[in-house]
Amino acid sequence: MKCEDAGQVCDKSQYKEASFWEKLKLNVHLLYCSPCREYKQKNVKLSIVLKRSKLKTMSLGDKKDLKKQIHQEIDK
Amino acid sequence: MFKNQLKPNLWVDKYSDYLFNFTIIKVNDSEIAKDLISETFLAGLKSKDNFKGEASERTWLTSILKRKIIDHYRKINSNKVKAEVRITYSDEESEGDWLEEQLSDPYDKNAEDLILNTELGTAIHNCLDNLNEKHALIFKMKTIDNFDTETICKEFDISPSNLWVIIHRARKTMIDCLNENWF
Repeated sequence: MKCEDAGQVCDKSQYKEASFWEKLKLNVHLLYCSPCREYKQKNVKLSIVLKRSKLKTMSLGDKKDLKKQIHQEIDK
Repeated sequence: MFKNQLKPNLWVDKYSDYLFNFTIIKVNDSEIAKDLISETFLAGLKSKDNFKGEASERTWLTSILKRKIIDHYRKINSNKVKAEVRITYSDEESEGDWLEEQLSDPYDKNAEDLILNTELGTAIHNCLDNLNEKHALIFKMKTIDNFDTETICKEFDISPSNLWVIIHRARKTMIDCLNENWF
Protein backbone atom coordinates (compact mmCIF):
# COMPACT_ATOMS: atom_id res chain seq x y z
CA MET A 1 0.00 0.00 0.00
CA LYS A 2 1.29 3.45 -0.93
CA CYS A 3 1.16 6.37 1.50
CA GLU A 4 -1.32 8.12 -0.75
CA ASP A 5 -3.76 5.20 -0.48
CA ALA A 6 -3.10 4.85 3.22
CA GLY A 7 -4.07 8.49 3.73
CA GLN A 8 -7.30 7.96 1.86
CA VAL A 9 -8.28 4.82 3.76
CA CYS A 10 -7.44 6.68 6.94
CA ASP A 11 -9.86 9.46 5.90
CA LYS A 12 -12.54 6.97 4.92
CA SER A 13 -12.33 5.21 8.26
CA GLN A 14 -13.05 8.56 9.96
CA TYR A 15 -16.43 8.39 8.24
CA LYS A 16 -16.79 4.63 8.78
CA GLU A 17 -16.55 4.06 5.05
CA ALA A 18 -13.38 1.95 4.90
CA SER A 19 -13.85 -1.76 4.22
CA PHE A 20 -12.41 -4.50 6.39
CA TRP A 21 -9.63 -5.25 3.88
CA GLU A 22 -8.75 -1.60 3.47
CA LYS A 23 -8.39 -1.22 7.21
CA LEU A 24 -6.32 -4.38 7.45
CA LYS A 25 -3.94 -3.16 4.72
CA LEU A 26 -3.78 0.24 6.38
CA ASN A 27 -2.81 -1.30 9.70
CA VAL A 28 -0.02 -3.31 8.08
CA HIS A 29 1.22 -0.15 6.35
CA LEU A 30 1.15 1.76 9.63
CA LEU A 31 3.47 -0.81 11.21
CA TYR A 32 6.40 0.40 9.16
CA CYS A 33 5.40 3.96 8.08
CA SER A 34 5.76 6.61 10.75
CA PRO A 35 4.56 9.65 8.67
CA CYS A 36 1.27 7.82 8.04
CA ARG A 37 1.06 6.89 11.70
CA GLU A 38 1.39 10.55 12.55
CA TYR A 39 -1.27 11.50 10.00
CA LYS A 40 -3.63 8.89 11.39
CA GLN A 41 -3.14 10.17 14.92
CA LYS A 42 -3.85 13.78 13.92
CA ASN A 43 -6.73 12.76 11.71
CA VAL A 44 -8.43 11.03 14.63
CA LYS A 45 -7.83 14.11 16.77
CA LEU A 46 -9.43 16.30 14.11
CA SER A 47 -12.55 14.16 14.23
CA ILE A 48 -12.66 14.42 18.01
CA VAL A 49 -12.17 18.20 17.99
CA LEU A 50 -14.87 18.70 15.36
CA LYS A 51 -17.25 16.54 17.34
CA ARG A 52 -16.50 18.39 20.56
CA SER A 53 -17.17 21.75 18.93
CA LYS A 54 -20.81 20.72 18.35
CA LEU A 55 -20.69 22.85 15.23
CA LYS A 56 -23.88 23.10 13.23
CA THR A 57 -24.53 24.16 9.68
CA MET A 58 -27.45 25.82 8.07
CA SER A 59 -29.35 23.46 5.76
CA LEU A 60 -28.83 23.76 2.00
CA GLY A 61 -32.50 24.65 1.57
CA ASP A 62 -32.25 27.51 4.04
CA LYS A 63 -29.10 28.75 2.33
CA LYS A 64 -30.88 28.77 -1.02
CA ASP A 65 -33.73 30.77 0.53
CA LEU A 66 -31.27 33.32 1.89
CA LYS A 67 -29.49 33.63 -1.46
CA LYS A 68 -32.80 34.26 -3.17
CA GLN A 69 -33.66 37.00 -0.67
CA ILE A 70 -30.29 38.69 -1.17
CA HIS A 71 -30.56 38.56 -4.95
CA GLN A 72 -34.05 40.01 -4.88
CA GLU A 73 -32.83 42.83 -2.68
CA ILE A 74 -29.84 43.54 -4.94
CA ASP A 75 -32.01 43.59 -8.05
CA LYS A 76 -34.44 46.08 -6.52
CA MET B 1 -4.10 51.13 2.41
CA PHE B 2 -5.96 47.93 1.59
CA LYS B 3 -9.68 48.24 2.19
CA ASN B 4 -12.11 45.39 2.60
CA GLN B 5 -14.98 45.35 0.18
CA LEU B 6 -18.47 43.94 0.51
CA LYS B 7 -19.43 41.07 -1.76
CA PRO B 8 -23.05 40.30 -0.90
CA ASN B 9 -23.23 37.59 -3.58
CA LEU B 10 -20.87 35.46 -1.50
CA TRP B 11 -22.31 36.20 1.95
CA VAL B 12 -24.39 33.05 2.24
CA ASP B 13 -21.63 30.67 1.16
CA LYS B 14 -18.97 32.39 3.19
CA TYR B 15 -20.66 33.44 6.41
CA SER B 16 -24.04 31.78 6.91
CA ASP B 17 -22.63 28.81 8.86
CA TYR B 18 -20.45 31.02 11.02
CA LEU B 19 -23.34 33.37 11.80
CA PHE B 20 -25.66 30.41 12.32
CA ASN B 21 -23.43 28.93 15.03
CA PHE B 22 -22.95 32.33 16.58
CA THR B 23 -26.71 32.77 16.80
CA ILE B 24 -27.78 29.28 17.77
CA ILE B 25 -25.64 29.40 20.93
CA LYS B 26 -27.54 32.51 21.97
CA VAL B 27 -31.11 31.83 20.87
CA ASN B 28 -31.15 28.01 20.84
CA ASP B 29 -33.67 27.73 17.99
CA SER B 30 -32.69 27.16 14.39
CA GLU B 31 -35.78 28.82 12.90
CA ILE B 32 -35.23 32.00 14.92
CA ALA B 33 -31.53 31.88 14.06
CA LYS B 34 -32.33 31.67 10.37
CA ASP B 35 -34.71 34.64 10.60
CA LEU B 36 -32.18 36.74 12.47
CA ILE B 37 -29.49 35.97 9.89
CA SER B 38 -31.84 36.81 7.06
CA GLU B 39 -32.63 40.14 8.76
CA THR B 40 -28.90 40.71 9.21
CA PHE B 41 -28.10 40.20 5.53
CA LEU B 42 -30.93 42.49 4.45
CA ALA B 43 -29.89 45.16 6.95
CA GLY B 44 -26.33 44.79 5.70
CA LEU B 45 -27.44 45.39 2.12
CA LYS B 46 -29.43 48.46 3.14
CA SER B 47 -26.55 50.01 5.02
CA LYS B 48 -23.73 48.86 2.79
CA ASP B 49 -22.71 52.45 2.12
CA ASN B 50 -21.82 52.76 5.81
CA PHE B 51 -19.19 50.03 5.47
CA LYS B 52 -15.84 51.76 5.65
CA GLY B 53 -13.73 48.75 4.82
CA GLU B 54 -11.71 48.87 8.02
CA ALA B 55 -13.21 45.75 9.58
CA SER B 56 -13.55 42.45 7.77
CA GLU B 57 -16.85 41.67 6.12
CA ARG B 58 -17.51 38.95 8.70
CA THR B 59 -16.85 41.26 11.66
CA TRP B 60 -19.13 43.87 10.18
CA LEU B 61 -21.97 41.40 9.58
CA THR B 62 -21.48 39.96 13.07
CA SER B 63 -21.89 43.39 14.62
CA ILE B 64 -25.19 43.84 12.79
CA LEU B 65 -26.26 40.38 13.90
CA LYS B 66 -25.43 41.18 17.53
CA ARG B 67 -27.83 44.09 17.45
CA LYS B 68 -30.51 41.85 15.93
CA ILE B 69 -29.99 39.31 18.70
CA ILE B 70 -30.29 42.00 21.36
CA ASP B 71 -33.54 43.19 19.77
CA HIS B 72 -34.74 39.61 19.84
CA TYR B 73 -33.88 39.28 23.56
CA ARG B 74 -35.78 42.48 24.30
CA LYS B 75 -38.79 41.09 22.52
CA ILE B 76 -38.83 37.78 24.39
CA ASN B 77 -38.09 39.51 27.67
CA SER B 78 -41.14 41.69 27.40
CA ASN B 79 -43.12 38.48 26.81
CA LYS B 80 -41.50 36.87 29.85
CA VAL B 81 -42.68 39.61 32.17
CA LYS B 82 -46.23 38.75 31.26
CA ALA B 83 -45.63 35.04 31.82
CA GLU B 84 -44.04 35.79 35.18
CA VAL B 85 -47.15 37.47 36.50
CA ARG B 86 -49.25 34.56 35.41
CA ILE B 87 -47.03 31.93 36.98
CA THR B 88 -46.66 33.81 40.26
CA TYR B 89 -50.37 34.08 40.81
CA SER B 90 -51.40 30.70 39.49
CA ASP B 91 -49.74 28.78 42.30
CA GLU B 92 -49.25 30.65 45.56
CA GLU B 93 -47.65 27.80 47.52
CA SER B 94 -44.68 27.33 45.30
CA GLU B 95 -44.15 31.01 44.76
CA GLY B 96 -41.00 31.22 46.87
CA ASP B 97 -39.41 28.17 45.30
CA TRP B 98 -40.16 29.47 41.92
CA LEU B 99 -38.35 32.73 42.57
CA GLU B 100 -35.30 30.87 43.81
CA GLU B 101 -35.33 28.74 40.73
CA GLN B 102 -35.40 31.85 38.65
CA LEU B 103 -32.30 33.15 40.38
CA SER B 104 -30.22 30.06 39.86
CA ASP B 105 -29.21 30.14 36.27
CA PRO B 106 -29.37 26.62 34.84
CA TYR B 107 -26.95 27.60 32.09
CA ASP B 108 -24.32 28.81 34.50
CA LYS B 109 -22.62 25.48 35.10
CA ASN B 110 -22.34 25.04 31.38
CA ALA B 111 -20.95 28.50 30.88
CA GLU B 112 -17.37 27.30 30.74
CA ASP B 113 -18.20 24.61 28.21
CA LEU B 114 -20.06 27.16 26.20
CA ILE B 115 -17.15 29.59 26.11
CA LEU B 116 -14.77 26.82 25.12
CA ASN B 117 -17.13 25.70 22.39
CA THR B 118 -17.57 29.22 21.08
CA GLU B 119 -13.81 29.72 20.91
CA LEU B 120 -13.29 26.37 19.26
CA GLY B 121 -16.13 27.09 16.83
CA THR B 122 -14.52 30.39 15.85
CA ALA B 123 -11.14 28.70 15.44
CA ILE B 124 -12.67 26.08 13.17
CA HIS B 125 -14.42 28.70 11.07
CA ASN B 126 -11.19 30.67 10.75
CA CYS B 127 -9.46 27.53 9.52
CA LEU B 128 -12.28 26.76 7.10
CA ASP B 129 -11.48 30.13 5.50
CA ASN B 130 -8.27 28.55 4.20
CA LEU B 131 -10.33 26.28 1.95
CA ASN B 132 -12.11 27.51 -1.13
CA GLU B 133 -15.86 27.90 -0.70
CA LYS B 134 -16.86 24.78 -2.57
CA HIS B 135 -14.37 22.56 -0.78
CA ALA B 136 -15.34 24.03 2.59
CA LEU B 137 -18.99 23.32 1.82
CA ILE B 138 -18.26 19.73 0.79
CA PHE B 139 -16.10 19.16 3.86
CA LYS B 140 -18.80 20.51 6.17
CA MET B 141 -21.54 18.46 4.52
CA LYS B 142 -19.49 15.31 4.87
CA THR B 143 -18.06 15.91 8.32
CA ILE B 144 -20.58 17.99 10.24
CA ASP B 145 -23.85 17.02 8.57
CA ASN B 146 -22.74 13.43 7.95
CA PHE B 147 -24.19 13.26 4.45
CA ASP B 148 -23.31 10.06 2.62
CA THR B 149 -20.81 10.10 -0.22
CA GLU B 150 -23.40 9.43 -2.91
CA THR B 151 -25.61 12.40 -1.97
CA ILE B 152 -22.71 14.84 -1.99
CA CYS B 153 -21.37 13.50 -5.29
CA LYS B 154 -24.79 14.01 -6.86
CA GLU B 155 -25.22 17.49 -5.43
CA PHE B 156 -21.86 18.68 -6.75
CA ASP B 157 -21.63 16.41 -9.78
CA ILE B 158 -18.29 14.89 -8.79
CA SER B 159 -17.00 11.29 -8.58
CA PRO B 160 -16.37 9.56 -5.25
CA SER B 161 -12.61 9.67 -5.87
CA ASN B 162 -12.85 13.44 -6.46
CA LEU B 163 -14.72 13.69 -3.20
CA TRP B 164 -12.06 11.80 -1.24
CA VAL B 165 -9.29 13.93 -2.73
CA ILE B 166 -11.17 17.08 -1.65
CA ILE B 167 -11.79 15.62 1.81
CA HIS B 168 -8.12 14.63 2.17
CA ARG B 169 -6.88 18.13 1.29
CA ALA B 170 -9.45 19.69 3.57
CA ARG B 171 -8.53 17.45 6.50
CA LYS B 172 -4.84 18.16 6.03
CA THR B 173 -5.47 21.91 5.90
CA MET B 174 -7.67 21.74 9.01
CA ILE B 175 -5.10 19.62 10.88
CA ASP B 176 -2.28 22.08 10.11
CA CYS B 177 -4.43 25.03 11.07
CA LEU B 178 -5.89 23.64 14.31
CA ASN B 179 -2.77 21.75 15.34
CA GLU B 180 -1.08 24.47 17.36
CA ASN B 181 -3.87 25.41 19.72
CA TRP B 182 -6.43 22.67 19.79
CA PHE B 183 -4.70 19.28 19.50
